[in-house]
Amino acid sequence: MNDAVTLRVNGKPVTVPAGAMVSTAIAAAGFDLFRRSVTGQPRGPLCGMGICFECRVTVGGRQHVRSCQTACASGMEVQTDE
Amino acid sequence: MNASFDVAIAGGGIVGAACADFCSAAGMRVAVVEAGPIGGGATAAGMGHIVVMDDSPAQIALTERSRSLWMALARELPADAEYVTAGTIWVAADAEEMAEVERKRALYAGIGVRAEVLGPRQLSEAEPNLRPGLAGGLLVPDDGVSYPPCAARFFLERAQARGAVLLRAKAVELMETGIRLAGGEAVAAGAVVNATGAWAPELTPRFAVRKRKGHLAITDRYPGFLRHQLVELGYLKSAHSTAADSVAFNAQPRRTGQVLIGSSRQFGAEHAAIDQPILTRMLERARAYMPPLADLTVIRCWTGFRAAAPDKLPLIGPCAGRPRLLLATGHEGLGITTSLATGELVAAHLSGRPFAIPPEPYLPSRELEAEGDPLHE
Ligand SMILES: Cc1cc2nc3c(=O)[nH]c(=O)nc-3n(C[C@H](O)[C@H](O)[C@H](O)COP(=O)(O)OP(=O)(O)OC[C@H]3O[C@@H](n4cnc5c(N)ncnc54)[C@H](O)[C@@H]3O)c2cc1C
Ligand code: FES
Repeated sequence: MNDAVTLRVNGKPVTVPAGAMVSTAIAAAGFDLFRRSVTGQPRGPLCGMGICFECRVTVGGRQHVRSCQTACASGMEVQTDE
Repeated sequence: MNASFDVAIAGGGIVGAACADFCSAAGMRVAVVEAGPIGGGATAAGMGHIVVMDDSPAQIALTERSRSLWMALARELPADAEYVTAGTIWVAADAEEMAEVERKRALYAGIGVRAEVLGPRQLSEAEPNLRPGLAGGLLVPDDGVSYPPCAARFFLERAQARGAVLLRAKAVELMETGIRLAGGEAVAAGAVVNATGAWAPELTPRFAVRKRKGHLAITDRYPGFLRHQLVELGYLKSAHSTAADSVAFNAQPRRTGQVLIGSSRQFGAEHAAIDQPILTRMLERARAYMPPLADLTVIRCWTGFRAAAPDKLPLIGPCAGRPRLLLATGHEGLGITTSLATGELVAAHLSGRPFAIPPEPYLPSRELEAEGDPLHE
């Protein structure tokens, strides 16, 4: 399947169509907690267009990446908060 | 005179708040006149590095005394004052700056300030995100970091608990008998302190305190990225030049995991807007020392104004010929640190109790015009 990429979210492999955003892959992998706020509240995508910064996750070791603005790539390692 | 207050302080920045704290602790009836939020001036803009600085013997005395007051206070400070004994590392890029490290170490040893020379290996172990190839550094482990507006609020609240009164108003005139407020009303007091920071010349125009603008940038939260307050030793060269605009690498770990990046120095820039070319220079300088900073997200940039006195020492104490009119301004880039010894000096001037350090070097009556007209370079 040429038009699909496989990446891992919290260690779990997930396959999504090429061009899908990381936020989509996280949801497809079955996670709804993207990060925790400073006071520990659960957070996930709100605006879907790069403005609210609620969808930040760690991608390839890099923290605070907006998952709604980052396209999935093959072999990507995505980490959300617990 | 039947004054309702022993002392009225204009300005509710960290300096005015510390003056209120020490004066009320000495038993004085205190009024603080502040129109804006507490600590909303330079105090909200500053970095909050609590540091011993060694430009001159008087600066060493003031910063060292202040730092010990901060250390003694550490456990009483509220959590939101974010006081952390992060330690300073003075970063040396080359052999010349390593010579400065050695000079500083010897000087600090002589005054009982703990300091430790780091070689290149120890430096990169202490701060792995610094670029390789630096010469070393000097670790001063007892220096601290704080969040200044909350510390200012805490000092003022302590004073208020002892009966000090906060008056939400703008001071328009300082008199030896009190402060005239914008509405025309006067606050009667036995003595008056001008602690309005960079605005001080509006109330005491004879004293040439100039605004020296600075930029800062803060990142998102990256816990563990930075452990110590880092200051490049090239800072000494740039901070000392009073003419040109300058930038220097300065990075501070916040308790939140954020990295606060500084800083710039500009005279003659009166507008608070971000100066993009200066900000870019400042961030480039930071990246040259700490390349991985480039991967961090900066979430906010702002500017603030330091109150610069002509001889780089603050003005603390009574004015010549006007013993009941005191100044507490001109703290430039060190007013968070030196707020505490300033409050202590002001209280001693007013109460007649012994001084913790000799007050003379900071008196407004000292010769300030020796090197020409400070208003014109
Ligand atoms: C970029 C930058 C970085 C800095 N970093 C550090 C650092 O790391 N460590 C350090 O020790 N220091 C640092 N400083 C310096 C420090 O911030 C200042 O020296 C300190 O905040 C001065 O406090 P202040 O109370 O004198 O002035 P301010 O905080 O400016 O307070 C003056 C107050 O007076 C009020 N006021 C003015 N006019 C009137 C009036 N007419 N009537 C009533 N109220 C009035 C204002 O509203 C204000 O609240 C830095 C400064 C800057 C700009
Ligand atoms: S969902 Fe708002 S920035 Fe990503």
